[in-house]
Amino acid sequence: MANVAGIPVYKEIGATPAPATDTDSAPVVIVGAGPVGLAMALDLGRRGHAVTVLNRLDFVAHCSKAICFSKRSLDILDRLGAGDAVTDKGVVWNIGKVFWGGDDAPVYQFDMLPVKDQKRPGFVNIQQYYVEEYLLDEVSKLPNVEIRWGHAVEDVTPGAEGVTLDVTAGGQGYRLRADWLIACDGSRSTVRDRMGLDFEGRVFEDNFLIADIRMTHEMPPERWFWFDPPFNPGRSALMHRQPDDVWRLDFQLGWNIDREAAIRPENVEPFVRAMLGEGVAFEREWYSVYTFQCRRMARFVHGRVIFAGDSAHLVSPFGARGCNGGFADIDNLGWKLDLVLRGAADAALIETYNDEAIATADENILNSTRSTDFLTPKSTASRALRDAVLELAGAHAFARPFVNSGRLSTAVSYPASLLSTPDAETWAGGVPPGSPVLDAPHEDGWLLDALGDDFVLISHGWDGAAPEGVTRLEVSGLAAERLALPAGGATLVRPDQYVAARWQHPTTEAIAAALSRARGALLKGDACLH
Amino acid sequence: MSALTLTPNLSGHDDLYQSLVALHEGLSEEDSLKVWAKLALLLANQIGDRRVIEAAIAAARPAA
Repeated sequence: MANVAGIPVYKEIGATPAPATDTDSAPVVIVGAGPVGLAMALDLGRRGHAVTVLNRLDFVAHCSKAICFSKRSLDILDRLGAGDAVTDKGVVWNIGKVFWGGDDAPVYQFDMLPVKDQKRPGFVNIQQYYVEEYLLDEVSKLPNVEIRWGHAVEDVTPGAEGVTLDVTAGGQGYRLRADWLIACDGSRSTVRDRMGLDFEGRVFEDNFLIADIRMTHEMPPERWFWFDPPFNPGRSALMHRQPDDVWRLDFQLGWNIDREAAIRPENVEPFVRAMLGEGVAFEREWYSVYTFQCRRMARFVHGRVIFAGDSAHLVSPFGARGCNGGFADIDNLGWKLDLVLRGAADAALIETYNDEAIATADENILNSTRSTDFLTPKSTASRALRDAVLELAGAHAFARPFVNSGRLSTAVSYPASLLSTPDAETWAGGVPPGSPVLDAPHEDGWLLDALGDDFVLISHGWDGAAPEGVTRLEVSGLAAERLALPAGGATLVRPDQYVAARWQHPTTEAIAAALSRARGALLKGDACLH
Repeated sequence: MSALTLTPNLSGHDDLYQSLVALHEGLSEEDSLKVWAKLALLLANQIGDRRVIEAAIAAARPAA
């Protein structure tokens, strides 16, 4: 039996007994076994660290929740070994269409994979519980990762060299001391709450209904979005396919509503029937109501406590920037914490996670806020502007790029990263320091798959010696072209596939210096990690 | 120097003024707002230089 009532169960796992003694310790504790916590555990576990994951529930919940996984997330999942399972099960899509009113022709459409010849598509739609299951499959292969199911954090006491948690499991309490704590416990994070920390930012006065339903329906695998459709006049709606004949329908509801009543089947079904026809046969999968929020913590790193995913930042869902933003966090943090745990980098390196994850969160919040302002205009004048864009977009190409039904998640760059070595030469295009490597065909496979988990020097006909600690990868053709590498050039890539430095005429010394900088050598050792 | 031209840069000002008034004839205030917005978007695209457009937005903003 599930340990918490009222949440549908996808997979029963069962409670992990409390430890035999009432005090316990672990080098790294992750709170939360959602997709972000599991991906974090997998990344650190694959790098050989002992990881303890605490999860309040003793089961995987049967809620679709996050469904749109971006190309960047698939690249990260590939690195962690779960990319194939997610992509094989998921619905692959690249095209989004935006409709206005009752018109059958879209006023705008976009392609989430403008550069072709990459391993992964722009997006895959898949229910969150499948992603959790596939991550669990990978985690279970690692004897050094322990997931404690049904273990709830009650209190958090941070210290200079670690943090102490009060945990309850099956009615029994124990204390768990961790050197590092990573809070992946979601928007209502207990860790954040117990540390007296909060979000800053905006909550928007509008409610949206998610109606995930099961039905047989023919439609291309595309994201369809409506402004002011006849079936939800004056408001917006969205339709998106998931695996297993499950469909995500999303309806804007307005502000002053009874949120509990809104998800009762007798109130949801009229929306579905208005959209799909009176006679449509469907079953309820998951109904939920949400509010737009664009908020984040002021800092994500608080000494030995690090926040990642929804515990650190929240965005409105129309850009698929929630879970994808969380994967970006753990991708950024994994290799840095690995170096610190090994004693190969100063703890100041973790401060660059704070900087880079906040840069990502701010870009996600900026885009979500702008989409929200377009979706739900706040004044008569902003509504007039929005409608002017939609009217013009139907007739004229120039107006279409203004149409904003959600700017969907793509990889965020860190042009100001302290870990990057700025270009010393003039480059025409390519991938600059602080941006992720663009995938391309490489030998019989793909460039990103060949990068692995460590620092890599991608070279194009350079025969010098790479410094110690760097894997070599020689490329040619499209892969070299996309990096704008001339013959004899090279790009130094971080373990998260971001470019650290690049040279048209590399030297071993220059590469060694850039590697050292990317590992945090230039950071102040006394950087304040408050 | 401002990117924006703030000296007379066209002729027939009375004709243009009349066209702008006529644009709103018979429209509700709501529709009028939308028409202004369409005009602003069309002209912004025609100008094509975001520096100039931002300078115009700044010049149009009421003084604080």
